[in-house]
Order: sequence, then structure tokens, then C-alpha cells
Amino acid sequence: MKSSNSIFRIIIGAYLVLFFAYMFLPLIFMTIIAFNANEIPQITPWKGFTLMWFGELAKDDQMWSALWNSFIVAFSVVAISVPIGLGGALLLTRLQFKARNFVYGVLVSPILTPGIILGISTFLFWDSYMNIPGGLWTAILGQSTFISSYCMLLIMSRAQRFDLTQEEAAFDLGATHRQVFWKITLPFLRPALISSMALAFMQSFDNYNTTLFAIGVEQTLPIYIGTKLRSFISPAMNALAVVFIILTVIGAIAYEYRRRREMIKAGVKITPVPAAPVLRM
Amino acid sequence: MRDFWNTALRDLGKIGVAYILITVGTWLVFMILIPQLIMFDYSLRPMLPLRELGGPKDVWTLKNYMVFFSNRLHMAIFFKTIWSSLIVTVVALVICYPIAFYLAKVARGAKVGLLMLGLIIPYWINELLRLFAWQIILADLGILNQLLIFLGIIVDPINFRMGNGAVILGMTYAYILFMVFPIYNVMESLDSNQLDAARDLGSSWLRIHYKIVVPHAKPGIAVGCTMTFMLAAGTVAAPQLLGSPSSFWFTQVINTNFECANWNLGAAYATVLMLLCVMFMFIMLKIFKVGLKELTQ
Repeated sequence: MKSSNSIFRIIIGAYLVLFFAYMFLPLIFMTIIAFNANEIPQITPWKGFTLMWFGELAKDDQMWSALWNSFIVAFSVVAISVPIGLGGALLLTRLQFKARNFVYGVLVSPILTPGIILGISTFLFWDSYMNIPGGLWTAILGQSTFISSYCMLLIMSRAQRFDLTQEEAAFDLGATHRQVFWKITLPFLRPALISSMALAFMQSFDNYNTTLFAIGVEQTLPIYIGTKLRSFISPAMNALAVVFIILTVIGAIAYEYRRRREMIKAGVKITPVPAAPVLRM
Repeated sequence: MRDFWNTALRDLGKIGVAYILITVGTWLVFMILIPQLIMFDYSLRPMLPLRELGGPKDVWTLKNYMVFFSNRLHMAIFFKTIWSSLIVTVVALVICYPIAFYLAKVARGAKVGLLMLGLIIPYWINELLRLFAWQIILADLGILNQLLIFLGIIVDPINFRMGNGAVILGMTYAYILFMVFPIYNVMESLDSNQLDAARDLGSSWLRIHYKIVVPHAKPGIAVGCTMTFMLAAGTVAAPQLLGSPSSFWFTQVINTNFECANWNLGAAYATVLMLLCVMFMFIMLKIFKVGLKELTQ
């Protein structure tokens, strides 16, 4: 019994090592190559350590304008998706109505729709019916369609834990709706609102499929990366990948740290990754 | 109905109710429903020169769909997209199930947090860059070819991007983590006492999984499969970055239609893709006997 247990443990350990090697080795290769003086993006032959690819990347004006566009789009998506997500979350957690499950299904459906479909349908609607050609605006709306669903789910998961008696007590003491919202409801939802802002920003910043079809001739950073990777590949792209990886690692650690601290403060059990855009059950 | 409004106004106030109606209304009508319907409308109309729009020829027809169903090449590409996405989904499920179970029920303490971070970091890295990593690995002068030559298995480098393998590999790598989190989320809520009891009573681990864990994890498995399949079938990036120029994928066919300015045909193809993903979701719900209601609670 004991020996079979330890064999089992070795198998599990080996499996985990293999899995995480599979997840990380490609990213590590990509990172190392960014520092190889070889102009073909490969590890071998190693032609010496260099930072020149970062310099080359910084010289690319297209990259800077794409980055700027990405910021405009991401901030706009946050400004649209978080208020919509809040509205959806209030609707589904605070009001009881018969079609609730159906409405929930419809509001969550953009997450389950392929990104390319959201891009195409947003583009067709605005271009042909509103006479607004594809550009940053259509990209913002296309992305907000599904990012609002993520924000809604995130806010809902906190709103469900809200103790309604707090509001009732405030009303009994003569508070107005406005006071109750600003002094009780909003402060309670604040951590979820901040998380959903971060999530919306990152989702928007990373989006490719929806943006590609909605944006027309403009470029965000992922569109720029996609165009570059389809033509001539230079290690400057590895340099960009390294910047992305570093920012992601910092972001992921900071986000998890903040979330855990928040949950410990609230005295609830630390729940699995709501950062992960998955449907919560 | 009157009750509904009365309660709503009492709990949230006029401004609160107006806020919900405006935000959710705009989202539902102008961002979700109408664009979707317009895409469908487009798919049912023939492509016409500008002056004939709204004219007698501008009527609903199934012609665009007929074009698809009578084009053998496009049908073959469509089926390739289906089976490849199925492979990606099954592989992801097989690989991720043990990981999710280990994280939810076996690992303890700080280890969980560390492993979780190890999943979140690659998950958050841009999809294109994750595919780029495989573009480098699978290149003619790439690390895989170098390794195989070094080991004496092959003499000349293999062009991995010729067939469909590279795209499938890339899709698996890029979307596999969408399977872990939904399954983890449901397994986490499984009462560990049930597992201990079954073990004490002499159940084998196979039986424990078959009788307890899998039935409990069904909604998570259904969601994970739906997401993975949808992402694989709908990816533009994977074939663009890892596909061979001679072998197209369905999203590329859709893209070409739009680039050739035949928006109506493109909309029809996009609708077919959409229907495929909806159908897959309902099949998943059926197989795992999960109601839409269970999924949405």
C-alpha cells in the first residue's frame, strides 16, 4: 500500500513537471532568442549576447502608433464595459423575474461566440447601417460586447455575497437611494469593480480575433504583431514578446496578491482564479 | 409585472432602474442582438452593386449558403476545422483533467498558489506570442529540427508547416488552459469527505473518478469543452501563423470573402461557423446531461 502510494506520487510529480515544461519552455526559448545577435530568430547558432533587438523595436514608428491605439481602445473599453457590467450584475442579482435565466444566457453568450463573429457583425452593423467605417470606434464596440460579459460575471460573484439587510437598515433610518448606493452598495462592490477594470483592460489589450475584423485599416498592438509575424520575422518580435512577458508576470503576481489580500480582509475563503475569464458556476 | 416594477423601484430607486435599463438595454440591443441579426440578414442577400441595393433583386435567398454547400473544397476545409477542433478539445481535456484534480483536491497550501500562478502567467500571455513561440520551434532551422538532426533521427530538416499538424499543435498550446480553469472551479466545490469515504470503503481510484468526481465536474467539463472548441474553430491567428500557404482553414476562407469585398458570402460563412459552435455547445450539454439552467446559475 505504501509503495504503490509513493509510485503514484512520482507519477503525479513527473506529470506536473512535464506539463509545466510544456507550458513554459516555448516561452523561455522565445525570451532567450531576444538576446541572440543572430538575425534569424533562433537559439542556434548563438552569435553573442545583444540588446540591439530592443533598440530596433523602439525605432519602429508603426509599433509606437499601434501601442498608442491599443491604449486608446483599452481605456475606452474599460469606460464602456465596466458600467455595462455593473448594470447587468445589478439586474441579475437584485431583481427577480421569470426570464432571468434566459436573460443571463443572452448576456453571457458573447463569451461563447467566436471572436471573429463579434468582429464581423459589429463591423457590418456600424459600417453599413450607421455609415461609420471600421476603425478604433468599431474595435472598441466589438470588444466591449464580450468584455462586458466578463465584467458582469466578476461583479456578480461579489454582488451575490451582499448582505441586503445593510441596505434595509439604511432605508429604515431614512437614507435616500442615492445615499445607499454611494455609501453602501458601491463601497461593497469596489474591489470587484477595480478587478473588472483590470480584466477589461487586459482583455482589450490582448484581443486579436475580434479586432482584426472590426478595425478596418487601423492597427492595435496585436494587429501589428500579427502583420509582422505573417511576413518577415525579426528577433525584434522576440524583444516585444519579452516586454509582454515581463509585464504579464508583474501583472499576474500583483493581481493575485491584491485579490488574496482583499479576500482575507473580507474573511472569505480564497476562491479560484476569477481572473480567468471562464464562466463561474 | 407590476410587482416587479414596484420592487425594483423600492430597492433601487428611479435612477437605479434607469441606469440598469440604459446600460443593459444598449448592450443587449445595439451590441449583441442587432449586429448579430444584421450579419444574418447580410448572409441571406445577394451581393449587388450599390445602385441595385433595395431594388427588386435585393431579396432574401439561400444562394450564399448554396455556394458554400456546393463548394467541395470549402466543405472539406469546414470538416477539417471540425475534426481538428475536436482533436484539440479531447487532447486538452485528457491533459487538463488530472491537473485540475490535482490542484483542486490533492495539492495543499502554498503549493496551490504557486501552481496557480504557473497557470495564470502563460494564460495571460498574448495568444499571438504563444503561437509565435511555436512558429520558432517548428521552423526549418528551429530547435525541434536541430534536436532531431543532432539525435540522428533525421538528416534533412522537416517542414512541419506543410500539413495541418503545426496548426493543431499551436491551437492546443494556445487554448489548453481554457480547459483547466472551468474544471478546477467545479472540482474545488466537491466535498473531499466523499472521496475519503469512498477510499475507506475500498473503491479503486478509477471507480472514485467515474462515480464521484466526473459526475460532479460535468458542468465544468461541458464549459471547458465548449470554450476550447469554440476558440479552436474560430481562431484566425493559428492558421495565419502556423498554417501552410497551400492549406486553408475556415476562418481564412471567411477572411478572404471579406477581402474580396463579398461581404454577403462572408456573412453566410460566418453564420455557418456560428451555428457550428452553438450546436457544439448543445451537444456538450446533452452529453454531460447539464441543463442550460445549471450552467447559468
